[in-house]
Amino acid sequence: MATSSKTGLLGALNEALQGGRRTLRSAGPPLPLLALSGVVAIGIMLPLAYLALRAAGAGDELWRLLLRPRTALILFNSVALAAAVTAGAVAISVPLAWLVARSDLPWRRAWTGLLIVPLAVPSYVGGFVLIGALGPRGMLQRLLEPLGVERLPEIYGFGGAWLSLTLFTYPYVFLVVRAALQGMDPALEEASRSLGQSGWTTFRRITLPQLRPAIAAGGLLVALYTLSDFGAVSLLQFDTFTRVIYVHYQGSFDRHLAAGLALVLVVITLLVLTLEQRSRGRADHYGSPRGGRSSAQGRVPLGRWRLPASVLCLGVVLLAVVMPALTVGYWLLRSVAHTPNFSALPGLAWNTLWVSAAAGFLAVALALPVAYLTARYPRRLTRPFEYAVYLGYGLPGIVIALSLVFFGANVAPGIYQTFYLLIAAYLIRFLPQAYGNLRASILQVHPALEEASRSLGRSWFGTLRAVTLPLVRGGATAGGILVFITTLKELPITLLLGPIGFKTLATEVWSLTAEGFFAAAAPVILVLLGVSLLPTLLLQVRYLNIDA
Amino acid sequence: MRMNRRTLLKSSLALAPVALGAACGRVSVTTGEDADTPAAEPSTLTVYSGRNENLVGPLLEQFAQDTGTEIQVKYGGGAEIAATILEEGDNSPADVFYAQDAGALGALQAENRLAPLPDSILDAVEPRFRSPQGLWVGASGRARVVVYNTESVQPADLPPSVLNFVEPAWKGRIGWAPTNGSFQAFVTAMRVTLGEDRTRAWLEGIKANEPKVYPKNTPTVQAAVDGEIHAGFVNHYYLFRIRAEQGAVPAENYFPPNGDLGSLVNVAGAGVIAGARNVAAAEEFVAYLLSQPAQEYFSESTYEYPLAHGVAAHPDLPPLAAIETPDIDLSDLADLRGTLELLQDVGLI
Repeated sequence: MATSSKTGLLGALNEALQGGRRTLRSAGPPLPLLALSGVVAIGIMLPLAYLALRAAGAGDELWRLLLRPRTALILFNSVALAAAVTAGAVAISVPLAWLVARSDLPWRRAWTGLLIVPLAVPSYVGGFVLIGALGPRGMLQRLLEPLGVERLPEIYGFGGAWLSLTLFTYPYVFLVVRAALQGMDPALEEASRSLGQSGWTTFRRITLPQLRPAIAAGGLLVALYTLSDFGAVSLLQFDTFTRVIYVHYQGSFDRHLAAGLALVLVVITLLVLTLEQRSRGRADHYGSPRGGRSSAQGRVPLGRWRLPASVLCLGVVLLAVVMPALTVGYWLLRSVAHTPNFSALPGLAWNTLWVSAAAGFLAVALALPVAYLTARYPRRLTRPFEYAVYLGYGLPGIVIALSLVFFGANVAPGIYQTFYLLIAAYLIRFLPQAYGNLRASILQVHPALEEASRSLGRSWFGTLRAVTLPLVRGGATAGGILVFITTLKELPITLLLGPIGFKTLATEVWSLTAEGFFAAAAPVILVLLGVSLLPTLLLQVRYLNIDA
Repeated sequence: MRMNRRTLLKSSLALAPVALGAACGRVSVTTGEDADTPAAEPSTLTVYSGRNENLVGPLLEQFAQDTGTEIQVKYGGGAEIAATILEEGDNSPADVFYAQDAGALGALQAENRLAPLPDSILDAVEPRFRSPQGLWVGASGRARVVVYNTESVQPADLPPSVLNFVEPAWKGRIGWAPTNGSFQAFVTAMRVTLGEDRTRAWLEGIKANEPKVYPKNTPTVQAAVDGEIHAGFVNHYYLFRIRAEQGAVPAENYFPPNGDLGSLVNVAGAGVIAGARNVAAAEEFVAYLLSQPAQEYFSESTYEYPLAHGVAAHPDLPPLAAIETPDIDLSDLADLRGTLELLQDVGLI
């Protein structure tokens, strides 16, 4: 057949289904949408303004540091790690997401819930866990020693950092891709199969191209997270650029130099963004005008692949959930000292829960206008908004926290160290997570649906509410869950910007592990992991109630 | 059915700001005054602590109880808290900064964010443990030691000085934390006493011995306990914490004799913030850290060296007087920067 490009078949099917494209789109975006997006974009850029201000005071020392040969090596390390972790996360997540969203895999909901738990493991805890479990004197080594295993592969260095970050960030991709698969119209795949294409060809030529925006959005989150990570790379002894930034805060207390170095990360983020723009595909939408959704009857039977598929899920859960839980449990067992303080746990859990839930909901609400704008209107107009959303996301948490300390104390002392500024800070840091999900799922809604609604007399806002929002529910939920879980484990912002005396599970874990009180930290970590299961449990109860 | 789900989503979205408002409102009842006018609570002392709550929390509570002072504490990492006070500038709610090491106090001192302390407080400790400008005072001391694994190293095999760890016998057996503040203070001391060239030679010598690199003290000591390394350069008290939690472990501290650099004493201490709203209570707090009960607390609970009132160190430690420290200003940032540059040149950070 004459389908030369990879998207050829997809495009042809799409055209066939919609019977020719119509464009009813008005010339420009509505003013309220632009204004709201503008406010969000400016808010999220605040840390960059701070960086520019601070870096201006860095002087020649900054250039001396940047121009030494080692800088190139460390930058290369950072970029290579980010690329490898992203590749690893995508490789794990796409099959897993397809299995839970599209196949008849048993216990899909349980797997889904468990598979996002690793996101709640703070990066440095992940590092401790990996060393404790797989390190030179770790649990696995001791188990294998009687069997004659002298040495495990080296955990320190690139390999360990890669493994740790991949295991604890892949859910970013998993959740976005799963939401995308759920929002995808199965008609195209069914058509492909009915045309005699095999399951694999259908996946490669129909499903995968449609997933590109979602994979790119999730991959972007993983890449930028890796760039900004300090906990895992420092414990696993891999030298990255973020580590250098921390050294300047901690070694010489030099905020100016640290800010100057952080600006380099912003430049890298720009490059990553450009790459992402290219990799996510050029189509301006990926849905069909029917607004159809995959449903239970559309599930692909796994047949003899059922066992290997279950083993894959189990393997990932064993490594990323069971291994941390066991390692942490071992800390508790090996303890001879005081029993941990359980009485503080409910209070800590409640504090953590409500700020994270607030951040999750608000992030979705605020990301929606920007995501709608950038998904629906021409890129030359909306690209600045998209860049604004992501630019600060590659920065280490401490940089964001200090920038808001500066603005809070000096510009808005009335809300400094209150929950208002704390949650605003969470939003500034984590909004991109909700944005990426929402944008990917808005792209799946065929504009023809909205155009039909508009032509029937509904207002722009009415259309958004009645047509678009219900269809992007999956992406909104996934985005909200991501923000919720990453807020659970957030540390520098909570420590510096929370009201005095405000503690969360994450600050408690940090406080205890920082001084080596691992046994006391163990129950807090286990509760943290438990709390991260809540959103999926809640969603499940909701679905069960409704479906019953 | 679909309608139900939609309504649920919408209503939960609509409820979010309400819940948030309620939660904020609920809390601002307790900090009510704070939200409008940050200066409105003169009776409460605000402490910013770079020291860990699990170490000094009980002591701070004891202070509140003994003196009847209302106290609120912001805990965080030492460098992060110092940077926070600097970013807050004149609007800082902090009255006093309780720091983990002299460098953090020096960062505040260098930007004129500390107020002079009265002589009565300063004189409680030896001059080597306080700011030469009288802007901060050390309350407890920590010595640099070599922690070693007793299954792999016999005491007789330990060299007389840290300088000897460059010998080939130690190849692949050492752990250190070049990015850690206490390690950097130790390198600073070495630069002051031995000069740049010998310090560089030592750093390069250790580097050639392929040491394991840890982010800070705790993982280094744990690695020595686990036998992952045979010896590590750390602060003395981490081993005691690990013993308290894990019981008897195959590791010991080695204090190199005769005032060797390996046992430099650094301090944790406090200073009053310039422009503090609550100067009297802040000074009372700093004085309390030097009081007999507090000094005994350090000796018994944190295994640190008490610096005032002749309180004796923990019986497991060599007496403070036996450790000679080089004559350096522990908070001198010019020196810290030089150390950082040297570490960068050698390619360690």
